[in-house]
Amino acid sequence: MRPDVIVINEADNVAVAMRDLPAGAEFALPGGASLVAVVEIPLGHKVALRGLAAGEDIIKYGECIGVAAERIQPGDWIHTHNIKPA
Amino acid sequence: MKGFIGYERPDGKVGARNYVAILPSIACANGVVAAIARQVPEAVPLYHGHGCGRGAARDLELHFRSLAGLGMNPNVGAVLVVGLGCEVIKGPILAAVIAETGKPVESFEIQSEGGSRRAAEKGAVLARGLLEKIRGIERSEVSLDRLVLGLKCGGSDSLSGVTANPAVGEVTDRVVAAGGTAIMTESTEMIGTSHILERRACDAEVACRVHDMVETADKLTQDIMGPLASLVIAPGNMEGGMSSIQEKSLGCIAKAGTTPIMQVVDYAEAPSEKGLVLMDGPGYDVESMTGLAAGGVQVMLFTTGRGNPIGYPVVPVIKVASNTRLFESMEDDMDIDAQAALERGGLAGAGNEIEELMLRVLNGEPSKAEANLQDGIVCPYTTSPSF
Repeated sequence: MRPDVIVINEADNVAVAMRDLPAGAEFALPGGASLVAVVEIPLGHKVALRGLAAGEDIIKYGECIGVAAERIQPGDWIHTHNIKPA
Repeated sequence: MKGFIGYERPDGKVGARNYVAILPSIACANGVVAAIARQVPEAVPLYHGHGCGRGAARDLELHFRSLAGLGMNPNVGAVLVVGLGCEVIKGPILAAVIAETGKPVESFEIQSEGGSRRAAEKGAVLARGLLEKIRGIERSEVSLDRLVLGLKCGGSDSLSGVTANPAVGEVTDRVVAAGGTAIMTESTEMIGTSHILERRACDAEVACRVHDMVETADKLTQDIMGPLASLVIAPGNMEGGMSSIQEKSLGCIAKAGTTPIMQVVDYAEAPSEKGLVLMDGPGYDVESMTGLAAGGVQVMLFTTGRGNPIGYPVVPVIKVASNTRLFESMEDDMDIDAQAALERGGLAGAGNEIEELMLRVLNGEPSKAEANLQDGIVCPYTTSPSF
């Protein structure tokens, strides 16, 4: 069973898309829950596992890789348009 | 974790292979090395483009240590050093340093032998003699505390840091837990994660060395790339999903697992500590592989997302593909598909598969690069122009 996303570290608040996730597509999380992609999320890109406040740390590999530039919804695409340096 | 079957060397190191290396001390000797290799195809020629032509003390140090380190690598059972006679890195001196390991070493200089043809004839006789000397060396079972694993990434894609590198990191953790050593290099690939690596250093002195190494790499990148330095997270990286330099570098250092950093060594310097070690050096594949080989690794785990067939003359290189599409399109060159391995068994399962493959390769099974004779090239890091 090919996973839709990979969560690298249990502390992460983002997952990595393992296939292109079309806007509105429901995708499975490890552990059985699911989320809906808010916009299209390309393969290799990040998707928010939960809602994030503006200024909140984006955690991947258990470490901060930047902060949310604006409020982010669960299932939203996270990339250079809405992440800024910590 | 299990062990492997290796060749015990007089200096206490263990090799996974038993090569006779023909090592030119200078590029001008490559032709004679090639002529010897044609006559003695079992020997391994270590062609390179260095040995003279530069005056900077730093480069002489880097190049001498690289060449000597290759001769000292435990996968090499015996060495024939071929010198010219007038070069800066003198063949006899290189041979003497390598001979301190106790392994059989021969050396001669072309200018003393009356030119290339006579030198090649002499070399062929010496090389055959060395092969005879080490042919009968028995292998014995050793535990993994004798393993020195080299970690590499090249041609990374957006999944390298998500599949292949974390899976390799699993193996690195296991090697370290078994008392072995793992060396990660490519200082430029650590830019943005210095604070994280410093936190993992075993003591303040190592933390300081980590800091200096990464800061120097960062400054060098800016000196070379100027205002384009921010493109170290290149457009291609961004299209693939990288959003920050921290994220990109975290993906790279994932192959180093989670254990404390025990030592920082210079380029091509063999570690004196066990456990996870960082080696200063560039990200350029052939130079970083040379640094690892000179540092004494018996095997390399090389993750790739775009695909690279390259191996190394005296060290088996195992290719870990980050994605199934690559594994299938370059199946001749890829040893394992990390994406599929993760799907089959999660991180632990992928770690098992790579670990088992690594042990089989250590025990003699050729990696794809070895089977394909994708020998790679000796290319030491260099800091200054020639003159």
